[in-house]
Amino acid sequence: MATKQTYETRPLECWGKAKEIRKKYYQDYAAAHERGGIRWAGGAWTFGAIPCGLGDDVHSLTSEPYAASIAADKKFSIKCLEATERAGYARDLCSYMRNYWGSVILDEYLWGGPFPKPDFIWQDHICCSHAKWYQVVCDHEPGIPHFCIDVAVGPAGEINENKLNYIVGQMHDGIEWLEEVSGREYDDEKLIEAVNNECRSTSLWAEVCELNKAIPAPLEEKTMFSLYVLGTLMKHSKVVADFYEELRDEVKDRVENQIAAVANERCRLMSDTQPPWGFLSLFRYLESYGAISVGSLYTFGLIGMWEDKPDGSWGPRTTPRQKGIEIKDRDQALKILAEWNLHKPEWQHFYSPHLKTEMMVRIAKEWSLDGVMLHYNRGCEGLSLGIAENRLGLLEAGFPVMTFEGNMGDEREFDLARTKTRIDTFLETLGFKKD
Amino acid sequence: MFDKLRDWERNRHEYAKAWKEHTGGKVLGYFCTYVPEEILYAAGVLPVRILGSHEPQDVTEPHIFGMFCPFCRDCLAQGLRGRYDYLDGIMIAQSCLHIRQAYTSWEKHRPTEFSYYLCMPHHVQSPRALPYLTEDLAQFKTAVEEWTGATITDGDLDEAIEVYNENRRLLRAVYELRKAAEPPLTGEEAMEMVIAAQMTDKAEHNQELRRILRELPNRQNGRVTGARLMIIGSEDDDTKFMNMVESCGATFVVDEHCTGTRYFWNEVEPRANRLEAIAARYIDRVPCPTKDWVERKRIAHILELAEVWNVDGAVVMQQKFCDPHELDTPAIRKALEEKGVKTLFLEFDVTVPVGQFKVRVEAFLEMLGEEDLFE
Repeated sequence: MATKQTYETRPLECWGKAKEIRKKYYQDYAAAHERGGIRWAGGAWTFGAIPCGLGDDVHSLTSEPYAASIAADKKFSIKCLEATERAGYARDLCSYMRNYWGSVILDEYLWGGPFPKPDFIWQDHICCSHAKWYQVVCDHEPGIPHFCIDVAVGPAGEINENKLNYIVGQMHDGIEWLEEVSGREYDDEKLIEAVNNECRSTSLWAEVCELNKAIPAPLEEKTMFSLYVLGTLMKHSKVVADFYEELRDEVKDRVENQIAAVANERCRLMSDTQPPWGFLSLFRYLESYGAISVGSLYTFGLIGMWEDKPDGSWGPRTTPRQKGIEIKDRDQALKILAEWNLHKPEWQHFYSPHLKTEMMVRIAKEWSLDGVMLHYNRGCEGLSLGIAENRLGLLEAGFPVMTFEGNMGDEREFDLARTKTRIDTFLETLGFKKD
Repeated sequence: MFDKLRDWERNRHEYAKAWKEHTGGKVLGYFCTYVPEEILYAAGVLPVRILGSHEPQDVTEPHIFGMFCPFCRDCLAQGLRGRYDYLDGIMIAQSCLHIRQAYTSWEKHRPTEFSYYLCMPHHVQSPRALPYLTEDLAQFKTAVEEWTGATITDGDLDEAIEVYNENRRLLRAVYELRKAAEPPLTGEEAMEMVIAAQMTDKAEHNQELRRILRELPNRQNGRVTGARLMIIGSEDDDTKFMNMVESCGATFVVDEHCTGTRYFWNEVEPRANRLEAIAARYIDRVPCPTKDWVERKRIAHILELAEVWNVDGAVVMQQKFCDPHELDTPAIRKALEEKGVKTLFLEFDVTVPVGQFKVRVEAFLEMLGEEDLFE
C-alpha cells in the first residue's frame, strides 16, 4: 500500500472563466432572436462547425449537456421526467432525452422563462436514440425543420473513401438545406475557421487529460466534468479553444509544481460512462480513502481527440494546422471534419466493445490506475453498450473492477447509500482505509 | 397444411445440420433482417436467422447489461449454450445497439471461421445511402468470395435474387388470402411460415409455399374469425402468444414486424448493377425504426395495412427495453387511434406471462366487441 503523503493543492485559477463561458452559452441561445440571430438544437456530437457558416449570430443548444444540467436540478428534473411519462414515453428510454422532452413539453427553460424553441434541428446519428430524439421533439413542436447526418460507418481503423464520401455527401446536402431553412448565404470561410477551432479545442482537451498521467494528478474527474462540458457545448468555437489552451497551460504548471487535485492521493481510479449527475458528491466520497478518479474514457474521449504517439503512448491528436495543412475550400473542410470525428474514442465501441476495452486498458496502464469503477448506466444505452464485456476485458488484463448500477439523469434509479457501500468494499478490498 | 413449415421452424437446428450434410455447403447465422441474404445465397451459403429459444437463462449476465432487450440476450444465450455450433459464420447488418451486442459477444466467445459486420446505413432517406451501400456490398461480396472460395457472378446473383423475390411474392400471395372475411390461416401459422423462411433454403421454402397456395383457397379451418387483429412492433417470434390470442375469439390478419411483413414486403427490382439493385431493396424496404427518420415513413405503411386488411384492433408490442420501438410507439398508437383502430400495448420478455396477458387481451377484445352492440 502507498504511504500517506500529502500534496499541496489549490483551486484552478481559470475555474471562474469556465463557469462564465457556460453561463453565456445558455444566455446567448435564449436571447439569440432578440439580436436577429438564429437558434438551433442538436446533440453534443453533431457537426456544430457547419452551422457556423450561417454567421456569427448563430447559437446552439446541445441536448445532452442541457439535459445533464436539468438532471443536476433534482426538483426540475423529476417534473420533466414525469411530464414525459405522462405523454406516454417509456421510463427506460435515455434519461437525457426524457429530461429534455419534459422541458419542451412543460415549455420551461431550466434557467427561467419558456423553452426557447429552435429555428432548426441539426443532429447526427450513431446511437439509436439520436435522430429519433428530435423526431419526438418535432411531434411536440411541429414545424421545426430537422436535418440529421448518419455517421455510423464503422470504426476508425476501417475508414475508406466510400465511408467518408457518405458522410461528406450528407454534409454537403446539409449545407444546402441550412441555406434553404435560414434564407442566408453560406460562408465557407466561417466553416473553415470553425473546423480549425474544433480540431484545436478537442486536441487541447486531450492534452489536458494527458497531463493527468502525472502523480499526483493535477485534476480529478468531478472538476473535469465541468471543464470538458465546454467542448460539448461548442467545440467549434474560438472561445472554447482559447480557454482550453489557457487551461492546458495552468494544468501543465500544476504538474511541474506537483499541485494535486486531491491532497491525500494514494489510490488512482477511473470511472466509465456519464456519472449520476445529481450525485457528484460520490467523487468527493472517494477522497475519504485518498482515492481519486483521474478521468475515464468518457471524460477523455467524448470530445477529446487522441492518437498513438511515436513512443507508443496515447496523446493529443495532431491538428491539420500542426501538420501544416491549410484548409482551402468547403469540401476539404468537410472531409477533415468527418475524418477527425470518425477517430473519436467514444464512437469506436458502437462497433465493438473490445475496441473500447483496448482503450480502457491502455488508460489503466498509462494513467497508473489501481482500479476501475464502471457505472452501469441505465440512462444511456449508447455509452453502456458493451459495458459488461468491458468489465470482463479489464479483469482479464488484471485491473480490479467494481460496478455500480444507476442512471445519469433519473435519480429514482440511483441508490447513493448502496453505491457508497460498494465503494467501501471495493477500496477496502484493494487495501485502502479511510483517513 | 402448415406442418412442414412448423416442423422447420421448431426444428431449425436439425434442418440446418441436415442441409449442411446434404449439400456440403456453409451455414451462416445472421442477427438482423437487413443482412443481404441474396449475396450469401449466390455463393452457395445458407443464411439462417439467429433467434432465441424463449427459455429463462443465466449465461448472458456477464456479457450484456440487463437494461438491454431480452431478445438480444436470448439470442446470445443460444450461442453460449452451443446450440448453433454448426455455424460456419456469423454476421450482422447494422441496426439497433441491442442486437449488436449479441453479435459482438458471440464473435469473441464463440468464434466462427467467418464473421462480418456490415455497416448498413441508417440514413436510408438520404440519396447518399444507395451509392454508399452499393460499394459496401461490393466489399462484402469480396469477403464472401474469399471465405467460400466461390466466385459470385452476375448470373449467380440473378438466380439468388429470383429465388428470394419469388419467396417474397409467394409470402405476399399468402398474406393476400388473409384479407378474406374468413382468413384460411391463422396469425400463428403465418408467423411460423415467415420464421421458417428465415431459416431454410428459400428454394425449398418456395416449393412448399407453392403447394400451400394451391390448397389454401379451399381450406376450411373450422374456426370463427372473430375480431380482426394486427400485430405491430419489434422482433416477435412468440407463437405461443399468437396462439393464446387466437384462442380468445380473434384472428391476426396481418402484421408489421421483422418476423413478418417487414422481412419480405418489397422485392429486388432489376438493375444493370446487381449489387446496386440489392442495395436499393434494403434501403427501400419497410424500415426498422432505427432507420425510420427524419420522416416516420413506417406509419403510413402501418395505416395502409390496417385499412386494406380491414383491421378492428392492433396489438402494439415490443421487446422490453427496445428503445427504437419505444420511440415510435406513442406516434403509432396515436395514428392508429385517429383512424379508429384501437390499440393494446404489451411489453414482451423472453417468456410472456400468458395468464396476465390473456386477461388483458380478453378485455381488449371485449372492448372491440362493444361497438357491435349498438349497430
